[in-house]
Amino acid sequence: MIAEAGLAALWLAASLSLLQMFLGWASVRPGQEAMLRFVRPLAVAQGALAAFSFVMLLCLFLRTDLSVQLVVANSHSAKPWIYKLAGAWGNHEGSMLLWVTVLAVAGAGVALFERKLRQDTHVATLAAQATISLGFYGFLLFASNPFTRIFPIPMDGNGLNPLLQDPGLAFHPPTLYFGYVGVSVAFSFAVGALVTRDVGPAFARAMRPWVLAAWIFLTLGIVAGSYWAYYELGWGGWWFWDPVENASLMPWLAATALLHSVTVLATRDGLRAWTVMLAVIAFSMSMIGTFLVRSGILTSVHAFAVDPQRGAFILMLLCVYIGGALALFGARVGTVKEGAAFDPVSREGMLVVNNLLLSIILGIVMVGTLYPLGVEAVTGEKLSVGPPYFNKAAGPVALVLVALMGAGPLLRWRRDSAKALAQRMAVPILAAAVSLLLVVLLAPGIGLLPLLGLALAPAVAVASLAPLWGRNLRRTPLITWGMVIAHLGIAVSMAGMAAESAFTKETLIAARVGQQTSVGPWTIRFEGVEPVAGPNWTAIAARLVVRRGDGRELLLRPQARMFSSPPTPTSEAAILTRLDGQLYTVIGEPDGQGRWQLRLWWKPAVTLIWYGGGLVAFGGFLSLIGRLRRARRTKRQDEAEPTPAFEPGREALA
Amino acid sequence: MSRPDRLFMIALALAAASPALADSLLPPTEYANKQLADPRQEAAARELMHEVRCLVCQGQSIADSDADMAGDMRNNIRRRIAAGESPQQIRAWLIQRYGNWVTYDPPVEPLTWPLWFAPIVLLGAGLFLMRGQFKRRKKKA
Repeated sequence: MIAEAGLAALWLAASLSLLQMFLGWASVRPGQEAMLRFVRPLAVAQGALAAFSFVMLLCLFLRTDLSVQLVVANSHSAKPWIYKLAGAWGNHEGSMLLWVTVLAVAGAGVALFERKLRQDTHVATLAAQATISLGFYGFLLFASNPFTRIFPIPMDGNGLNPLLQDPGLAFHPPTLYFGYVGVSVAFSFAVGALVTRDVGPAFARAMRPWVLAAWIFLTLGIVAGSYWAYYELGWGGWWFWDPVENASLMPWLAATALLHSVTVLATRDGLRAWTVMLAVIAFSMSMIGTFLVRSGILTSVHAFAVDPQRGAFILMLLCVYIGGALALFGARVGTVKEGAAFDPVSREGMLVVNNLLLSIILGIVMVGTLYPLGVEAVTGEKLSVGPPYFNKAAGPVALVLVALMGAGPLLRWRRDSAKALAQRMAVPILAAAVSLLLVVLLAPGIGLLPLLGLALAPAVAVASLAPLWGRNLRRTPLITWGMVIAHLGIAVSMAGMAAESAFTKETLIAARVGQQTSVGPWTIRFEGVEPVAGPNWTAIAARLVVRRGDGRELLLRPQARMFSSPPTPTSEAAILTRLDGQLYTVIGEPDGQGRWQLRLWWKPAVTLIWYGGGLVAFGGFLSLIGRLRRARRTKRQDEAEPTPAFEPGREALA
Repeated sequence: MSRPDRLFMIALALAAASPALADSLLPPTEYANKQLADPRQEAAARELMHEVRCLVCQGQSIADSDADMAGDMRNNIRRRIAAGESPQQIRAWLIQRYGNWVTYDPPVEPLTWPLWFAPIVLLGAGLFLMRGQFKRRKKKA
């Protein structure tokens, strides 16, 4: 019954979204704004039904209901409950249901809480949102039904891919999906504003919290995914430029650009057409990301749906939505007036450069990810594009971007002088020179990118904090704090990346019991192996006694695990975290002569990569809180005195 | 000799002729998981191994893979480096043998021009657009 209830709710939600779409688009005409009253409850009901359907799927997985095909294929009765739950979205159908659920719930949120938008734009936004969800309901119901029953009922399920049985990965996909879907809300806003010719600061202020929220989730998703790859794959790498990673990076790059351009639009009424365009691009990137991951076009641990029919369906959705949005953009861009004028040396001038550089990086990542697929499809020749290409092509652009990121917040809006900027940048530039000198002297012979990264990171950190100098910190708005912390996070993360790449020490050894070795400042004694058993795996754990200098001896136990269902070997690294880095140990194969293969790394400052990423997300969070609070305050003020706030966009539209 | 016996002998002979025994006196994958003694050579080998695709894995370099074939290739690369070959020579040899699929650093040739020129083209297009924007703004201002 649970499966049928879930499926019924899904059909109902789909039909409501159809109704919402027609009613919404029909009432966009002037004089029909009152229809908002009917469209809103539809969006809310649709969100509730989709959520209900997803909860039903969770129930099926928690109970390990083996009469449902999806549960059989992806779960097993002997799995810890948290991974039973994660199994619900650790597969194609379930993750698509999660996608559409988040989309529908976000749509309900837009219907319930949005008060800043003009009514006709609001209706058009909800109609656009319904149009997107309808496509995904269709995809679920016709091409990937998660509730299909199976007969005869098997004895037990096949289990979840053991690589996915990890807390990091259990929450990595939902986080990314929140991000993707948040971006789709921004897209709906952009479509709505294009349809009603309402592209202006008010629209930008309404869209901004959604962009910000989506961006926070995308950031967290990428950081979590990176840390997962780092500790779970057992080779100490934290970013592989794998197409699936790129699929999550591209929407983030676009959302980062959008976040900055939407600020220009909201504050200075500039970059109108470009902001709308970016919203379309950001959504296209999250669709392409979904397509790449879900279609199985890539062979990678993430692509569990190797099914060309599904790929074709998503590709069709992608073409319809992006094509439609671009056509609408082309038709309406003439009516979107360019915004206020501004000087090249100004805050908004720097934000344009930020957008330019982010777009170039985005373009490079996209070309590097999609070009090999295109070449293979057309000529049959297989190309590999990996870290060397991306580092060479995008690395320098990223360094320039980060350097300018330090300078941007120190510029005034409208107009500023280059001389004044140089004065404000004196301390950071000095910091860059000093750290460059120190790195060259103390660590000769490291690569160019890490060298520049290490030199730049302290300077950018200092520059990021500069907007706080001479201010009363308690009266500094949260929004400023958010920006400062997010920018600081980028500097911290970059320091970690550069240090990891420049200073990692590696020891590979086939060790006999009792043998001692060293890596970086650590001595490591191999004391033999012992068996370990978990709920659905058995393992061989090495006993490694590690010691730094004359410090205390500590025991590390990296494991080679064998999962029972499905039978898969994985390696569980044992990682020792210190303030200045991580000791990363892995046990490999025995050589048959009493020796075991050990892989040992000392990675100085590596944790900064993810702490920095966390800071970036936290900065976004502070900023979001600040924005929401400020919006509530101005609303209260508006209610107190009905004089409209200064909105440069209005007269242009009148 | 009866027919099945003869087949057995052939199989035995084939097994004896397998590369593992034919290659050299050393165990074939000695350097699959063993570093070269010279840290500079090891660093060069390491860098190259990170740029070589494991052909039987899913999107991993041979430096990040447990597969036997990746081990063989690591062994091969370390030995060639130890024997004094340059990473460029080894990469050329790998590409000749396995095709462009094997290297994550695509060689610059007509087929990969779009890849390598993309950054320059993007930068050019971006600067052109941006210049136009600022100019227009200046006129309006």
